[in-house]
Amino acid sequence: MDATDISRALTRITHEILEKNRDAEQVVILGIPTRGVELAQRIAAKMTEVEGTTITPGALDVTMYRDDLRLRAPRALEPTNVPEDIDGRVVVLVDDVLMSGRTIRAALDALSELGRPKAVQLAVLVDRGHRELPIRADFVGKNLPTAKTEKVQVRLAEFDGTEDSVQIEGDR
Amino acid sequence: MKHLLSAGDLSRDEATLILDTAAELLSVAKRPIKKLPTLRGRTIVNLFFEDSTRTRISFEAAAKRLSADVINFSAKGSSASKGESLKDTALTLQAMGADAVVIRHHASGAPYRLAHSKWSNGAVVNAGDGTHEHPTQALLDAFTMRSHLGDLAGKDITIVGDVLHSRVARSNALLLDTLGANVTLVAPPTLLPVGVETWPVATSYDFDASLEKADAVMMLRVQRERMNASFFPSAREYSRRYGLDVARMNRLPQHAIVMHPGPMNRGMEINADVADSDRSVIVEQVTNGVAVRMAVLYLLLGGATEGEDS
Repeated sequence: MDATDISRALTRITHEILEKNRDAEQVVILGIPTRGVELAQRIAAKMTEVEGTTITPGALDVTMYRDDLRLRAPRALEPTNVPEDIDGRVVVLVDDVLMSGRTIRAALDALSELGRPKAVQLAVLVDRGHRELPIRADFVGKNLPTAKTEKVQVRLAEFDGTEDSVQIEGDR
Repeated sequence: MKHLLSAGDLSRDEATLILDTAAELLSVAKRPIKKLPTLRGRTIVNLFFEDSTRTRISFEAAAKRLSADVINFSAKGSSASKGESLKDTALTLQAMGADAVVIRHHASGAPYRLAHSKWSNGAVVNAGDGTHEHPTQALLDAFTMRSHLGDLAGKDITIVGDVLHSRVARSNALLLDTLGANVTLVAPPTLLPVGVETWPVATSYDFDASLEKADAVMMLRVQRERMNASFFPSAREYSRRYGLDVARMNRLPQHAIVMHPGPMNRGMEINADVADSDRSVIVEQVTNGVAVRMAVLYLLLGGATEGEDS
């Protein structure tokens, strides 16, 4: 996927979110660090454009809730910043790549300690399969069938200093 | 990082990582559910051979907010008062499966002994050893200063009082130097340790001279319980020359903050009006202490233990 594909996919996801939820005021967009936060900002900006009301995106760091913490050296924490009360609202989680589903499980745990949303939905730029948990995305930018040994690399201008792209990289 | 024994062991990157992690963990205290599941099933022993309120409660709160199990041990009312050695106590704790030991001991070097012996294989956190070091206090002080003053590189920090008996002063001097701040120790000649010229600090006997340029002033408690000789003629004279009163506080720059690691002797090293003024961040230091200790416990225990690193 190149920059145009990514932009189109995000525009479509934005409209799908609005179509599904009608009332944009009730929606809270939360990105999962690091690239999910940037994607959440882009989606929120597009929503603001379409609806005319300002949508503030947030960030939700799930590091402390991961189930693989003990398998690696401790990681640095990313900011968590939830713009408003999430009780009774619809939370849309945004991440770049969905694979095992473990990050999303951790995010659901983290959310439940912040409040009780009316519903939680998931938007991802790329769904590459290989799920290990019963989790699915509500909004998908692109389904990319991959082998487990491959790696999906998402690059965003803000983080990587290169043009937006999604690439499958071979065996490592 | 396997243990936290000395503030001097931390590189600038490690210290910054701890402070940044603490900044994120500080927000946990503001949430309705003040708990993270990160250290579930891990056991942390608070091994306190010396009296403490703040530090022990702070470590206990930090461990509990990370869902670890906490066992509190204080020398009073334990077998240590029957003459049990540190070694046997440590072996007992090891047999009970402690993942980390937070130790405060009246002997300088006790945490080092514990960490480098074969008595236990858990992580060791120094919570104050004799007149040696108190690294988590230095980290929480640096955290507090950073949140008021921004990056500490080039900032002037003045530490005043009983430096000789103060583990807080030593840890702060080492950590603040690592972070790039300029530290000045102010004390009567009798209360500066031998060899202070090898520390990365400036020293002075004149408190008044260092007021105008200080970005933060840290007052130290006069540790009467450790004094076996007369270090100054009278409490009143000490207070007049080295105590922080309102007149001295008014000579500090507008942005300067007043700190004290606690417990305070009001009227001795710090005046009550100063301690309760809005320049004083003493209560905030305690709040930050929990977040900093959470960060330390997370970084020591949260990831893979050494050897199983991938």
